Amino acid sequence: MSSIDDVDAAHRGEGAIAVIRRGVAATPELRKGAFVTILLAMIGAAGRVVIPVLTQQVIDKGLTGPKVNTGLVLAASAAGAVVVVITGVIVRTTRVRLARTSEQALFGLRTKAFDHIHRLSLAHHTEERRGALVSRVTSDVETLSQFFSWGGVAWLVNGAVIVAVAITMAVYDWRLALIAIVAVLPLALILRLVQRRLLAAWDLVRGRVGDMLSSVGEAVTGAAVIRAYGVQDRTIVKVDEAIADHQRSFARAGSLSALLFPSGEVFAVLTISAVVVAGVWLGPGAGLTSGTMVAFLFLVNLFLEPVAEFTEILDQTQTAVAGWRRVLDVLDTPVDVAEPSPHESVELPDGPPELRLEQVSFEYLPGRPVLKAVDVVLPASRSVAIVGATGSGKSTLAKLLVRLADPTEGRILVHGVDLRSVPFADLRSKVVLVPQETFLFDTTIAENVRFANPSAQPADIRLAFYELSLDDWLDSLPAGLETRVGERGEHLSVGERQLVALARAYLANPTCLLLDEATSAVDPATETRLARALESLARGRTSITIAHRLSTAERSDLVLVMEAGVLVEVGSHDELLARGGTYAGLHSSWMDASSLSATAAPAGDT
Amino acid sequence: MVRLHPRPFAIAVFGASVYACATVASSFALGRVTDRVILPRFDQGHVDGGTVAAAIALVIGVGLVKAAGIITRRIAATITGARVGGTLRSMVVERYQLVPYEYHQRNPTGELLSHAGNDVDAATEVLAPLPFASGVMVILVVSFGWMLLTDPYFAAIAVVLFPTLVALNVVYQRRVERPAEEAQEQLGVVSAVAHESFDGALVVKALGAERLESERFRAASEKLLRAKVRVATTRATFDAVLDALPTIGIAVLLPVGAWRVESGAVTVGDVVAFVSLFTILVWPLRLIGYVLGELPRAVVGMDRIQEVLAEPIDPRHELTVSREAGSATSGRAALLDVQGLGFGYEPGRDVLDGVTFSVAPGRTVAVVGPTGSGKSTLLLLVAGLIGPQRGGVRVDGRDLSSFTVDDLRATVAMAFQEAFLFGDSLAENILLGDDDPELLATVADLAGVSGFARRLPQGFATLVGERGATLSGGQRQRVALARALARSPRLLLLDDATSAVDPTTEARILRSLRSHLTATTTLVVASRPSTIALADEVIFLDEGRVVDQGTHDELLARQPGYAHLVRAYELDRADRAGEVSVT
Repeated sequence: MSSIDDVDAAHRGEGAIAVIRRGVAATPELRKGAFVTILLAMIGAAGRVVIPVLTQQVIDKGLTGPKVNTGLVLAASAAGAVVVVITGVIVRTTRVRLARTSEQALFGLRTKAFDHIHRLSLAHHTEERRGALVSRVTSDVETLSQFFSWGGVAWLVNGAVIVAVAITMAVYDWRLALIAIVAVLPLALILRLVQRRLLAAWDLVRGRVGDMLSSVGEAVTGAAVIRAYGVQDRTIVKVDEAIADHQRSFARAGSLSALLFPSGEVFAVLTISAVVVAGVWLGPGAGLTSGTMVAFLFLVNLFLEPVAEFTEILDQTQTAVAGWRRVLDVLDTPVDVAEPSPHESVELPDGPPELRLEQVSFEYLPGRPVLKAVDVVLPASRSVAIVGATGSGKSTLAKLLVRLADPTEGRILVHGVDLRSVPFADLRSKVVLVPQETFLFDTTIAENVRFANPSAQPADIRLAFYELSLDDWLDSLPAGLETRVGERGEHLSVGERQLVALARAYLANPTCLLLDEATSAVDPATETRLARALESLARGRTSITIAHRLSTAERSDLVLVMEAGVLVEVGSHDELLARGGTYAGLHSSWMDASSLSATAAPAGDT
Repeated sequence: MVRLHPRPFAIAVFGASVYACATVASSFALGRVTDRVILPRFDQGHVDGGTVAAAIALVIGVGLVKAAGIITRRIAATITGARVGGTLRSMVVERYQLVPYEYHQRNPTGELLSHAGNDVDAATEVLAPLPFASGVMVILVVSFGWMLLTDPYFAAIAVVLFPTLVALNVVYQRRVERPAEEAQEQLGVVSAVAHESFDGALVVKALGAERLESERFRAASEKLLRAKVRVATTRATFDAVLDALPTIGIAVLLPVGAWRVESGAVTVGDVVAFVSLFTILVWPLRLIGYVLGELPRAVVGMDRIQEVLAEPIDPRHELTVSREAGSATSGRAALLDVQGLGFGYEPGRDVLDGVTFSVAPGRTVAVVGPTGSGKSTLLLLVAGLIGPQRGGVRVDGRDLSSFTVDDLRATVAMAFQEAFLFGDSLAENILLGDDDPELLATVADLAGVSGFARRLPQGFATLVGERGATLSGGQRQRVALARALARSPRLLLLDDATSAVDPTTEARILRSLRSHLTATTTLVVASRPSTIALADEVIFLDEGRVVDQGTHDELLARQPGYAHLVRAYELDRADRAGEVSVT
């Protein structure tokens, strides 16, 4: 199984160009209108050479003659000003176009990465630290956004300026132009050499950001436990360590690029010196004028300044590329539980399905099977209970039945169709799991229930609660259906959250229903009510319940008994009881536990 | 912010000033090169070799000083940003630990995380270019002085140009502030949606609601997109103007310079020097635009951080010394006394009202009541995690509000229904930093952890993953229970803390707790009859009030509501038995 971490590892040390190529391929939005934008940037860049050309004209034709030519100086200056204004407008247009394109592209990248994370199997969600996942669609993409709004613009505009200046220099004097261009080569070489080390340094920073956010996340989500155990100090120390690690890596990467930065400055003065010496040596006989020489003083700066600026934006580019790579790695993580290809996908027939497990095994970690060769048929329209001790593999079995993961070995057939060839939309509408841990979204009860069926009307939602005999509970809430449940549903008790989850499942109207201990935390009165409602809900459907309470098993058509990943017993409640095996043992201890009160109850109370 | 780490910041400003002076000097050097080298060579036909060497030395020397200034500034500025960011983050997280628990109940996790993440980034990002901006100020002042000394007409151009640029920057700042703020807020929303969606991934998948979630995220991202484009458009407009203005200044400077050269007031070299200066100004002034553009974002981020830091800390942390001696009672079970307790999360909707009861030392008392009757809130109050709005909780006759954090830790331990585990090892999660293998073995046995811990690859040293994700719900609960027991609490609070453990294991655990915890008073929220039956006494809670307190049998006899609730299973089973016999 290949996880995000594996993809990260495979791409560690990948060069910037490779990442950018991968990035542009993944975000075609970047190419849209790129030609016009580049053209505009070129025209805008031409505006930069106005000053050297103007100065040269003024010196040669206006100032160094016997008398100052005021008319020419004024005309040239006015023309220069007009060109500056026009190119200013063009530069603005270029920048707005760039911003639109890049933000549009980032929007695409962000939503693609988000969708892809949801497509990954849940095995990843438990492996991967969530804080790190969130940071990929937020802070990593944000780093890119900041890059595009400044560094990215600089790359394009500077590139255009370099070309425009090089052409101007060559027109004035090719020999001096050659000196300036040759001087850039060692500079570019140094930049390339340092680039990889910088990239690694910024990569480390990004990783440390993820670790830091994870530890901060723990300090916040664990607020109740941290207080209940008075471990605030310990938590602060732990978070501070992660913060310090991040701080150190950041200072190191930043200092590395600080050393690199002024190399452009140093090269500029060296090149100017070389050009001056060469110009003086060549002299007026070579067709040079004092105006041209002064123009070169400016042109060399104009030429090297963008190159120097490249070093300034280089570290920003490194950060951005590192962030980009991390987002792309999300997209490149293979979907291990994949949608079947159209030509091999089979829609499930309507009606309650029969489920057939053929030698199904599963392991989260290689060599540590959680399910071992489970082989059983769950008949259509029947209620099945799966019982067993904690950790016996019941929940994993449920996950496989709704294809949150695929069996490591063997296969599962629904209506005789391999689960792997059923399109997700079809499967999810027909086989619905109510997970052990109820998660509600920070919105109203109505919205949380509607989650199962976005087209449901308030009346449908109310009906769901009514059918489950939960309407009186609903009415007891301050705002009824419109009651806000808080983050993760924390304004409701755990039991109440489960009521909402059951209404949600009801509204989904599946032909096969899986309940994973969903009723474990409701008080007995509510549970009894729910159990009965669920029974009527289960009628006409295939229902599979994983419950710790054996009362569910008692009234099921078929009971599966799991032990350490192995299916040890299958049969009806009565059969299994008569057999005197594992189930009989579980049942008698449960009877003892739940009947303690009955022995003490005064007769005639019922 | 700077006050947090003034030294590196001062060094950065010094480096920026060196850089600033060298920058002005480099323009001056170009002027000298023009007057002493270029004009003599090309207009008079001859230049002295020594003069050329001196001019070159000046140009290179100034360049090297400038480079040194840049390195100093950048390293120091990076360190400033990193340190200030780290300090602010620590302060925010520390505050999160010290504020009352209610603060966490009130504020969504995503928002709290965003204060420690994005907001700190936004606040500190401006620190790196800030010394540079101060350097730009030095450039402006020094160059103005130089112009004034050279020629008042040049200075006049500067007097018009420089203030215009500064004024434009101020307008810029104002115009970009609102859109920047909106973009920052929207980024927080996008984070919150992603966080929630990934947290609820199981539900999203189980119901095939990926598309719905995708649309929700898309909508939030689209708003962010629009806000960002608005910011970028404003920036592009101002940057274009800020770029063009110095160049237009040069177009004015040249005719004026020509006239001043003609009248013999300045040399051609002076004109070249000032043209160079105006050219050089383009870049620093753009940076000033960038700094000012970032400033609103930084201010917004800093405001949010200040808000967190201004949050009053839990008064319990201010209690440094126990007002009443607590040591005399250590090692003995606590006497719990609850008087007229009232609490509500929203005004007008009480969760608890007038709750009064007491528990004798060493007793085990079950709190029983229907869903939503206020059981969990009652335990949070008794644990001192939240403060009562009316009435009070007394332990051994001492009001809970006078307990210091240490007192509380030595007295009460609570295990929650939703067991929160740290991304540490099993042992760390139970002992929370202590190193006591014997204690670990004892409590792990009691809580039923030892059995499954032995089967894990590294035993108690096994890492449990974020929030204990590698363990099952029942296993997590048992680890959390062991953690509570490791504290040897005098008052143990269990909020349905074994609900996901199978009944057989649960009964075994609870029985062994009863026989081992002789110096502990236990208050347990329970719903299973087996758990309730193990308690000495039962408090029956309904709609936030204590309906009755007594033994299980007593309550069964005199409270029909209680009997109905607790015996729902048996009634259910009896009914079914009847049904079966009829058919």
